[in-house]
Amino acid sequence: MSRPAYPALVWERAVLETKEFVRSRDQMIFIFAFPIIFLVLFGAILGGAEIGAGVNFTEYFLAGMIATGILNTGFQSLAIGIAIDRDNDVLKRLYGTPLPASAFFAGKVLHVLMVSIVQIALLLAVGALAYGINLPTDPDRWITFAWVFLLGTAASTLLGIGASSLPKTGRAASAIITPIVLVLQFISGVFFVFTQLPTWLQNFAELFPLKWLAQGMRSVFLPEEFAELEARMSWEHSTIAIMLVVWLVLGSILALTTFRWQRAGDR
Amino acid sequence: MTGLRKTYGSKHAVDGLDLTIKTGEVFALLGPNGAGKSTTVEILEGYRKRNAGDVTVLGVDPAHPTREWRERLGIMLQSTSSVTLLTAREAIAHTARLYPNPRNVDEVIAEVGLEEKADARANTLSGGQRRRLDVALAVIGRPELVFLDEPTTGFDPEARRQFWRLIETLRDGGTTILLTTHYLDEAEYLADRVAVIANGSLVALDTPKGLRRRAENSTVSWTDAAGHQSVATTTPTAVVRDLLAKHKGEIPDLEVRNPSLEDVYLELIGQADADLADAISQKAQA
Repeated sequence: MSRPAYPALVWERAVLETKEFVRSRDQMIFIFAFPIIFLVLFGAILGGAEIGAGVNFTEYFLAGMIATGILNTGFQSLAIGIAIDRDNDVLKRLYGTPLPASAFFAGKVLHVLMVSIVQIALLLAVGALAYGINLPTDPDRWITFAWVFLLGTAASTLLGIGASSLPKTGRAASAIITPIVLVLQFISGVFFVFTQLPTWLQNFAELFPLKWLAQGMRSVFLPEEFAELEARMSWEHSTIAIMLVVWLVLGSILALTTFRWQRAGDR
Repeated sequence: MTGLRKTYGSKHAVDGLDLTIKTGEVFALLGPNGAGKSTTVEILEGYRKRNAGDVTVLGVDPAHPTREWRERLGIMLQSTSSVTLLTAREAIAHTARLYPNPRNVDEVIAEVGLEEKADARANTLSGGQRRRLDVALAVIGRPELVFLDEPTTGFDPEARRQFWRLIETLRDGGTTILLTTHYLDEAEYLADRVAVIANGSLVALDTPKGLRRRAENSTVSWTDAAGHQSVATTTPTAVVRDLLAKHKGEIPDLEVRNPSLEDVYLELIGQADADLADAISQKAQA
């Protein structure tokens, strides 16, 4: 008998995680409905206001919600979920099996990718049907989408795995992780137009990945002319790629160095 | 599995243990709560790091677990598996796919007696049923060595008997089993050898029969005019003969009790506690 192939293990884990995710209704509703509720809410409150270059706030916000959805699924939900799994000895049990740690992580990334694709498809469908937002037809735009999406998801997921070791208990996880995401959403051009923030706050936000993820998504879904209205009058694709790769590397280091299979004090 | 010795922690949870567990045997670690049973087992399983000593489990130092090594082990933790949204069958089948040569899923489900609950989500299973699921997860990978950490705590007598039969089946298949328990009857029934540990130290290592033989005193008890009497003796027959000489007719409430494993165990544990108290008071004086 041969040992299970690595890709088969990753797939096995991703399918299992997705099965559990679909069955935990409240988590699924949070992940899928939350961005849509926000889109509808912000659309109703600020929707018609034009930002410039023929772009209204709903369109700007849609790109931001896609970006933050990736962070919510990959970073927030994952970090909290892993912290709870650690508390319940789920991770300890996995550590006792021959499953390689990297296959466990890769399975998480693949699971987050599958969930995020559904989440984005739902958001785009609501955007297109309810707000008449035109989806890009240029294949170059979709290529941009693909790499921003993949890099953003991978970085968020690995940061989520790393951050899952910050809270001491699963119960504390939500209280520690959620504010980080909330602050980033306010300063990264999701809830507010980025260029309307004070310069010092813009500079601060530029250190973190969500700002770049949101800008990357705007470069996919907003008209080319809008690039002029960005902070540096350009989409800055190369800076986006560099920043996301930097956070991907940081996330990998964090995940590999801080990740714990067991509760603190249980070793 | 070859020799192992370890000390652990500043408070000496395990204080210099020497043990060798042979291939194919059922070995029980017996001791009161807090004796260091689980700490020892978790060091062997690769969960905890030891502070000193040399340990080899299936030829590998458990402080550096490898995938190959994990493929040969089965682990049942002390804590009952958490409530998941998977069914028992899904959980077992998933775990099976992590091993190179797993056992048949349905066969294992039948063996642990979960056929009727196999397709129920684990969150609808009772505590005892989830414990059976834990056993199934520990043996599905066809392990050479299985760790069972207090496997039957919380079982009803019927479930415990059923579990014992399962362990016998495993042993007959050649699996080495290391079991921790604080149930004497369990150790006596299942184990080829028993290590009694208290305060992190080994106080006895023997077969259940050998342990029982360590008891020297039988107890003779009866009731006379002065009330209930009890004598501990190595010659119970002589005591009874004397009693017969003194009494006319029936001796009220006469009972001769041979030493039980429990007596031996309690004496061993008590000894260890007394030794510890001595050591502490000596330290305090110094």
